[in-house]
Amino acid sequence: MTDPAPSGSTPRAGDGPVHRRRSAAYAVAAVLLLAPFVALLWVSSYAKDDPRLWGFPFFYWYQFLWVLLASLFTYTAYRLVRATERTRARLTDRSEP
Amino acid sequence: MNAARTGTDGVALTIVIVLFLAVTVLGFAAARWRKGESLANLDEWGLGGRGFGTFVTWFLLGGDLYTAYTFVAVPALMFASGAIGFFAVPYTIIVYPLVFVFLPRLWSVSHRHGYVTPADFVRGRYGSRTLALAIAVTGILATMPYIALQLVGIQAVLEVMGVGGSGNKLVADLPLLVAFVALAAYTYSSGLRAPALIAFVKDILIYLVIIVAIIYIPHKLGGWGHIFDSAQTSLSQKSPATGKPKGSVIPTAPVIWPYATLALGSAMALFMYPHSITAVLSTSRRDVARRNAALLPAYSLLLGLIALLGFMAIAAKVAPIGLDGKPNPQLAVPQLFENMFPSWFAGIAFAAIAIGALVPAAIMSIAASNLFTRNIYREFFRPQADPAEEARVSKIVSLVVKVGALVFVLSLDKTLAINFQLLGGIWMLQTFPTLVFGLFTRWFHRWALLAGWAVAMVYGTVKAYDVVNPATHKHFGGSAAQIPFLSGRNGYIALTAFVINLVIAAVLTVALRAMKAPAGTDATEPEDYWADEGDPRVAPLPELARG
Repeated sequence: MTDPAPSGSTPRAGDGPVHRRRSAAYAVAAVLLLAPFVALLWVSSYAKDDPRLWGFPFFYWYQFLWVLLASLFTYTAYRLVRATERTRARLTDRSEP
Repeated sequence: MNAARTGTDGVALTIVIVLFLAVTVLGFAAARWRKGESLANLDEWGLGGRGFGTFVTWFLLGGDLYTAYTFVAVPALMFASGAIGFFAVPYTIIVYPLVFVFLPRLWSVSHRHGYVTPADFVRGRYGSRTLALAIAVTGILATMPYIALQLVGIQAVLEVMGVGGSGNKLVADLPLLVAFVALAAYTYSSGLRAPALIAFVKDILIYLVIIVAIIYIPHKLGGWGHIFDSAQTSLSQKSPATGKPKGSVIPTAPVIWPYATLALGSAMALFMYPHSITAVLSTSRRDVARRNAALLPAYSLLLGLIALLGFMAIAAKVAPIGLDGKPNPQLAVPQLFENMFPSWFAGIAFAAIAIGALVPAAIMSIAASNLFTRNIYREFFRPQADPAEEARVSKIVSLVVKVGALVFVLSLDKTLAINFQLLGGIWMLQTFPTLVFGLFTRWFHRWALLAGWAVAMVYGTVKAYDVVNPATHKHFGGSAAQIPFLSGRNGYIALTAFVINLVIAAVLTVALRAMKAPAGTDATEPEDYWADEGDPRVAPLPELARG
């Protein structure tokens, strides 16, 4: 479910490295965005009381921790995707006189 | 320490009324804030002129999330059934990666083609009025129980304050009536600008109340550890209706699947709701939705702490008895505030909850009426309607939608109000294949999508109807049912119906494509899904308003 490589612009000869860098950025972003799904939907992995933190059972503080992690991951994905989309916009501009 | 009914708390009631009036004045003033040419068109009344940046959007989207759902329904579920209620936390976490992936594409294509509603997009993408109608009807239908939940929230606050009574039918329903009239009056007058501005006030009030509550109450109750322990003791007592323990603080084996499916299903459904999409389309740039996706989890943190108010209510031995003399878990948090806080601060807290229900309810009814006007009224009845007429129709429909919500409140089982929102989710999720997959691919055939949607809607409704509350013996008593082919596992009905929906859509697509059934015209181009502000083909506002 990640953004596929843009289908509108066919990669031209010469933008190979850019294309590769873009794919790598999208792949990293995809992993960052998928991680919270795996971590939080695998409920039996964290449905336990111990260890407690400030009186909070593990079940609760683990999920609170994921609020912060998910925010961090999503922000990183945003930076990655924004950088590549800007590169892409520049390439598209040049190709459309 | 648990007070018997002490009648009306004058101080708290006065503070609630004062804050309420202040917010109303602000709502009227909002009509003048960032004023466009006229409120008499849909872009202005319904999308606030589409000029909202990251900051305003954050509040507006937060307004969608911080509702009576968060404040009343989720803690009520924690109070009554334990850990299962905490699913709201993973739900509001995983919703953002989802948003991140598909909303920018929806933003771009909507701004290139002047789409105001999700059904506008479906109409353009699949060239099918029927499929667009199905999406519009689902949105309007599913919004009603969600608004109903907000009414229940306001009602809970009023009941705890002692407004209403158990005398005749009219007085008994007075809190509900007051809530309904307040909501209807101010949505009608200012459109989306009112909730966007009030959202600031609301969020400040809510932050204040929550921060005080999560520091002060656990301190008074002897710490978090003690709160969890006494919740566990109390929840492990047997329920008289089922003969089984009421719940537990750590999810047990039978709760694992419902927990995960409720979280996933709710997350997938949230941004199908017309009001969530309205909030996103009213942003000024493609990027705003993504930046917000990284910022909004801050809300989940507070949501989790608010959910735990349900356990605090258990530890404080709150007995939430309604004005009709029956226990009502929805009253747990307002009653906790009344027991724990001095009157004046309880008043602020009540106002925060009531306004916090009012703002999203207004946003929801506006979005639902936009849907009706654009995709049903103009499409099927009055294609030549001018913008002023559209705005007028939307305003009237926003009232009709609220009446629909009232019907839900009066006819469904109110034991756990969260089921209102979950019922809405069962319906809403069935538009996911058409809308979200449609943003990425035209592979699915429009008739196949329609068939999948229809079967899943019927399946979901029937399954939800079949869930009978063991205590009240009423239908629509829950939102989880046995998952077919997974023996002994319960799951959120929305997700089961979604899988059925998807299988039917895929199988029929293959068949229809083999038969070469007409696929319909696609008005969009691949590049439309990447457009951003400044793009020559992203229409400037005056043109959109007339589009």
